[in-house]
Amino acid sequence: MDTQQQLDDFQRRIDNGEKIEPKDWMPERYRKQLIRIMSQHAHSEIVGMLPEGNWITRAPSLRRKVALLAKVQDEAGHGLYLYSAAETLGISRDELVEQLLDGTAKYSSIFNYPTLTWADMGAVGWLVDGAAIINQVMLTKTSYGPYARAMVRICKEESFHQRQGYEIMLALANGTEAQKQMAQDALNRFWWPSLMMFGPRDEDSPNTEQSMKWKIKKKTNDELRQQFVDQTVPQADILGLTIPDPDLKWNEERGHYDFGEIDWEEFWNVVKGNGPCNLKRLEDRNAAWDNGAWVREAAVAHAEKQAAKRVSKSA
Amino acid sequence: MEQKALYDYLLLLGDNSAILGQRLGELCGHGPELETDIALTNVSLDLFGQVRNYFQYAAKVAGEDATEDSIAMLRLEHEYKNSLLVEQPNRDFAYVICRQFLFDTYHQLLLNELVNSKNDQIAAIAKKSIKEVDYHYDISSTWMQRLGDGTEESNKRLQDALDFLWRYSMELFKPTDTEIIMAEMGVGPDLETLRPVYLERVKDIFLKSNVIAKEDAIFQYGGKTGTHTEYLGYILAEFQYMQRAYPNMQW
Repeated sequence: MDTQQQLDDFQRRIDNGEKIEPKDWMPERYRKQLIRIMSQHAHSEIVGMLPEGNWITRAPSLRRKVALLAKVQDEAGHGLYLYSAAETLGISRDELVEQLLDGTAKYSSIFNYPTLTWADMGAVGWLVDGAAIINQVMLTKTSYGPYARAMVRICKEESFHQRQGYEIMLALANGTEAQKQMAQDALNRFWWPSLMMFGPRDEDSPNTEQSMKWKIKKKTNDELRQQFVDQTVPQADILGLTIPDPDLKWNEERGHYDFGEIDWEEFWNVVKGNGPCNLKRLEDRNAAWDNGAWVREAAVAHAEKQAAKRVSKSA
Repeated sequence: MEQKALYDYLLLLGDNSAILGQRLGELCGHGPELETDIALTNVSLDLFGQVRNYFQYAAKVAGEDATEDSIAMLRLEHEYKNSLLVEQPNRDFAYVICRQFLFDTYHQLLLNELVNSKNDQIAAIAKKSIKEVDYHYDISSTWMQRLGDGTEESNKRLQDALDFLWRYSMELFKPTDTEIIMAEMGVGPDLETLRPVYLERVKDIFLKSNVIAKEDAIFQYGGKTGTHTEYLGYILAEFQYMQRAYPNMQW
């Protein structure tokens, strides 16, 4: 059981802006919350490969295909990096993967929406990576050292992805009528799910208060969501696209955009596994894992045989 | 005439990379573990980088309105010159690795010759590509041995894959008219001379992987002269989809 003295000392370190490192003492709840957040983040990178991987074979040009391949590869790298960072908290990658596959762990709900056209590759880069960066820039300052450092590296690549996504949208916006329509349709479908990426309203977010106290998070869901809207509206204007929210307007007094209410019923449905692609995504991840079982077993068996050979040689 | 042969030769070089890259692209996010996913995606990425180099050059040779994309995506099925090997499907990871190994070994030998090509542009592309292909060969030859030596099941799967794919290996070394002309001009190698080295290298790895190539295999030919297996049409249906559905647009 964590003693009050330990908790107080820990809080003092946090308040002083110190980073917590893997071998430092930490409250069990802090450890659990970080495992939850970091593994969700890692899972999101891995599941996020699927909706984009969906367009690799159909990319419209060689240049776009190469860029998309590189992007999806980066995401796998981020996943690997984040799993390793999470392992410093005393949980193995296999355990984390199991939680993803059996549906107990969550990943970003945005990936439960389908990518139906090429413009969705633009929208995902622009909006989804854009929203992710806002969250991740905040996390570069998070109190857990390995997570903060992972985020610094990941943020650099993510901002490149976001520019790449925006550039896809720009090409469409400057293109033919069919391309403009494709871009607008992608924005229509991805706008609200992107806003949902920041999670429930502050008053409905049970973990926020403690996360803020421990400086795991430095801004609330609603603050981050507002930042995203303020940043994205002018970008949509440049593209000549219309954000699908009749209540969206600049509020001079607040110095921010006002925007409409998220469909929270849809939000909770997708979180609980009833979005358009939840089943498909988990099915694909499970199939990859199950079909790969014999490969992983072979790799282990081969490594053991090699090790045995080395031992018998040196004996 | 020479320009036509050069253009066709660039297609022969680029199409193998394009179709194999496309096959590997199908796997993205579906690999047995993250590390292999990253490695195979990377191979696909390298191959498409090479395709761009070959086809940008081919577009210059062709002149008129040709672009790397029109060459890559707007030909008819019989105009593709890739070997039958690279269009074979991803039946399981053993097929993926075996196909890759059979191609990488050839690819490495080919590029080692092309760095000395009398065509400077091709020599430069080969020089850049060879480093990538050395790495591809490392991946596929190592996995051959892991799978072959690993478990009874992995050995059986690899042997099945080799039984199926071996019949497509010798097409790589049977020169087309274009390749004969290119060899005479000093642009490309005499493929027949590469065959014995190839056989020596792959058989060494087969031995280390506890698998055997059929001695009595009946080899299949046709891809390089435009007669493909049924698979290519479906690969192209995806590869060309956007260019066909939305012609003459910028992306």
